Amino acid sequence: MKYRLGIDVGGTNTDAVILTPDDMVVAKTKTPVTRDVVSSIRDAVRAVLKDSELPADAISHAMLGTTQVTNAIIERQRLNPVGMIRIGAPATLAVPPLTGWPASLKEMVQRASIMVRGGHEFDGRPMAPLGLNDIRRFLDENAHTLSSIAVTAVFSPVNAEHELAVRDLIGDEYPHLTVSLSHEIGSVGLLERENATVLNAAVAEVASMAANAFEDALREVGVEAALFFAQNDGTLMAMDYALRYPILTVACGPTNSMRGAAFLSRLDDAVIIDVGGTSSDIGMIRGGFPRQSSLAVEVGGVRTNFRMPDLIALGLGGGSRVRESEERVTVGPDSVGYRIIEEAQVFGGDVLTFTDVAVGQKKAHIGHRNPTVSQDLSERAYREALRIIEEGIDRMKTSAEPVPLIAVGGGSALLPDRLEGVSEVIRPLHFDVANAIGAAIAQVSGRVDRIYAMTGRSRDQVIQDAIATAQADAVRAGADRNTLEIIEVEEIPLAYLPSNASRVRITVAGQLAGDPL
Amino acid sequence: MSWQIGIEDLDALAIGAAILGTGGGGDPYIGRVMAETAIRENGSVTVYNVDDLDDDRWVIPIAGMGAPTVLFEKVPRGTEPVAAFRRLEDHLGVQDAFPCPIEAGGINSMVPLQVAALLKRPVVDADGMGRAFPALYMQTFHIFGIQGTPACIASEFDDFVILDHLHDNYALEWIARGITIRMGGHTFLSQFPMRGHDVKRSAIRGTLSLGLRIGKAVLLAEKNHRDPLEAVCEATHYAGYGRGQIVFSGKIVEVSRRTADGFARGKVRIQGLNADRDQSFEIEFQNENLLIRHEERILAMVPDLITVLDSHTGLAVTTERLRYGQRVAVLVIPAPAIMKSPEALQVWGPRGFDYDFDYEKYFGR
Repeated sequence: MKYRLGIDVGGTNTDAVILTPDDMVVAKTKTPVTRDVVSSIRDAVRAVLKDSELPADAISHAMLGTTQVTNAIIERQRLNPVGMIRIGAPATLAVPPLTGWPASLKEMVQRASIMVRGGHEFDGRPMAPLGLNDIRRFLDENAHTLSSIAVTAVFSPVNAEHELAVRDLIGDEYPHLTVSLSHEIGSVGLLERENATVLNAAVAEVASMAANAFEDALREVGVEAALFFAQNDGTLMAMDYALRYPILTVACGPTNSMRGAAFLSRLDDAVIIDVGGTSSDIGMIRGGFPRQSSLAVEVGGVRTNFRMPDLIALGLGGGSRVRESEERVTVGPDSVGYRIIEEAQVFGGDVLTFTDVAVGQKKAHIGHRNPTVSQDLSERAYREALRIIEEGIDRMKTSAEPVPLIAVGGGSALLPDRLEGVSEVIRPLHFDVANAIGAAIAQVSGRVDRIYAMTGRSRDQVIQDAIATAQADAVRAGADRNTLEIIEVEEIPLAYLPSNASRVRITVAGQLAGDPL
Repeated sequence: MSWQIGIEDLDALAIGAAILGTGGGGDPYIGRVMAETAIRENGSVTVYNVDDLDDDRWVIPIAGMGAPTVLFEKVPRGTEPVAAFRRLEDHLGVQDAFPCPIEAGGINSMVPLQVAALLKRPVVDADGMGRAFPALYMQTFHIFGIQGTPACIASEFDDFVILDHLHDNYALEWIARGITIRMGGHTFLSQFPMRGHDVKRSAIRGTLSLGLRIGKAVLLAEKNHRDPLEAVCEATHYAGYGRGQIVFSGKIVEVSRRTADGFARGKVRIQGLNADRDQSFEIEFQNENLLIRHEERILAMVPDLITVLDSHTGLAVTTERLRYGQRVAVLVIPAPAIMKSPEALQVWGPRGFDYDFDYEKYFGR
């Protein structure tokens, strides 16, 4: 009775899978995305239900991974204007909101902004009383032209009091406005956190359309399940939470794909390579979660402090061109891309590609013709391609020890079963719907990222406190307390400040409460 | 010869100053925005060669002080640096001092530019650290016996504190940092006010040009698809600094940190890649990178500049951002002679950072 439905709405396909309570894939489908998201979700769900021969009421949980929010930001479409409230004046006046934003995005989002007194110091004491009257005046003037407000206060990750006061004010006096609070979205680093918060506020309408489409599509096929959205870090948000923090879905695609592939391979620690037609992505899963990039991430040209999976992109795929010069053979970085089915030799064309040399080396059986390439050249070209891949794997690995490699993507058939530094090559079944599976298996997380004064307490006490806070956050978000695991613990002392304050970052995750696992 | 620095130079200066920051000094981004806003309003800034200063000209070095993490969260009001500068001028009874950097590395490369642009005065092409260092007495101005006080510390509330007299520059560091904590963890301060003839004998010259030159080299390499690491190495050979050398390339396999007296001390272990395969290196840092260990040897040490670069982009990776798995190249820039006198080495040689050995110059691997 308790099956889970995972759905991934991508750029070209909508994928759906149904998993049994013990995580077996019962049915999967890939359907082309149509202009109308509701009908493509509905069609995909109908198809998997039919395949699985399950009644609609057998689905207890439905998880959606979607790029709709990301695309809205990248394409500058369907964004709503935002009222921006920055709390911290007279500090921060040197860099007003939206500084450094691309003009096209700024134009769509900018409507009204104010910088008022308030905010806190790094140790949590108030800098100044909150300028509530200024905020009220600002809202009286602008609320009628707005639907969404972003609120960012200095050091709100340490003390959220002033952001919460604004939320209460808006809830009481301007209830038509959606409020995005920065301390619930980003970490320390005011400008990046504010950018993320403003983006969050700007996609409020897109998110609500996506959520409605999801609900409507499921209702039409008779599924009455608890609904969740997949977020960047491989965990889930309940529907109401996703509506408030849609920006947190912005990088769920690569995360779901890697987690799905790892899950299908029954591995928690592995390197993953996704070989496409033009390029390959290499990432790493540790403890079931993608290793994250240390660099601040830009979303649609805007600096944010989100963390995304650490990926290396190689200019090597199935359609990569092979060239021979006097000294050496090269493979890629240019590629025939999707024209591979006309231009590659194995498909009757006259371009020599990575696919052709792999077939020439009898590592793959693809196409309908034998490539005309010489044994010598195909051997050298194939070896060069493997060298590029092996180096990429080595750059991603954590030690010299051989690691398992999970190979997915259309071009993964070209890889041999033995590679340098790799203990085994795993090609999981169903990898074509890895994103949807990644969404279906996602857990619920809780997070802390704030500055703690270390004076008067031991470091261990502080870390234990922070873990307890993260655990409570996860339980509030719907996790089962008994299944919580610590995903990440990081402590960075504040430099140049002899006051023993540290920034502590903790993530915990667990199974959905009430989940039959 | 004086020259002009404009908005179009700030990208390059930010990149170069981060490399001169040797892992510390703070991300120049916010300082850059402040300088850019001021230059946009008032026009480009004249950069003054030390040789061209009148002996009687007042020069006031100006900088931000405190935790970069606080600066990135409690962004400045923007008026603090000029307030610290003008209040100290008032105290001295001076009206036409030139601002000068105290620190060539990191955000403090930008602060004097903002002040110069807002006051429409030239900035001096020199500094007191030649890179980034963690303490106010780690300046050639101190090493040459110049007094740090009177000094002025300013906050975003237009609060300011004049430190009229302190018996030495160690006391200045101690008291100024204490005030900075009470003011919220980051402030701006003016200190070591001096005349042109003192600047001429004590400043590390040409370091603003050096930062700009290094940054331009990185940008040009990117544009021409050249190796940025090679470009950085060539560009550092200027103003008495040695040619840069990439000691090794690898990936970060371990970062450990601890807090000691408010300083983020730690070390990063880097496993060699490519030509340095199977070799392991360790960099020890205290906000800035202090030294490189390889097997039993110390390859390079303070005050020579040790900077971890992203191997792909050539951009500096600060010690706060070191993280497992990053692919990096480690650059050493030999410091100029003025930074390696016996008096200077006492302050910022290895013994200045609690190591019990003497400075040795970098000889290569």
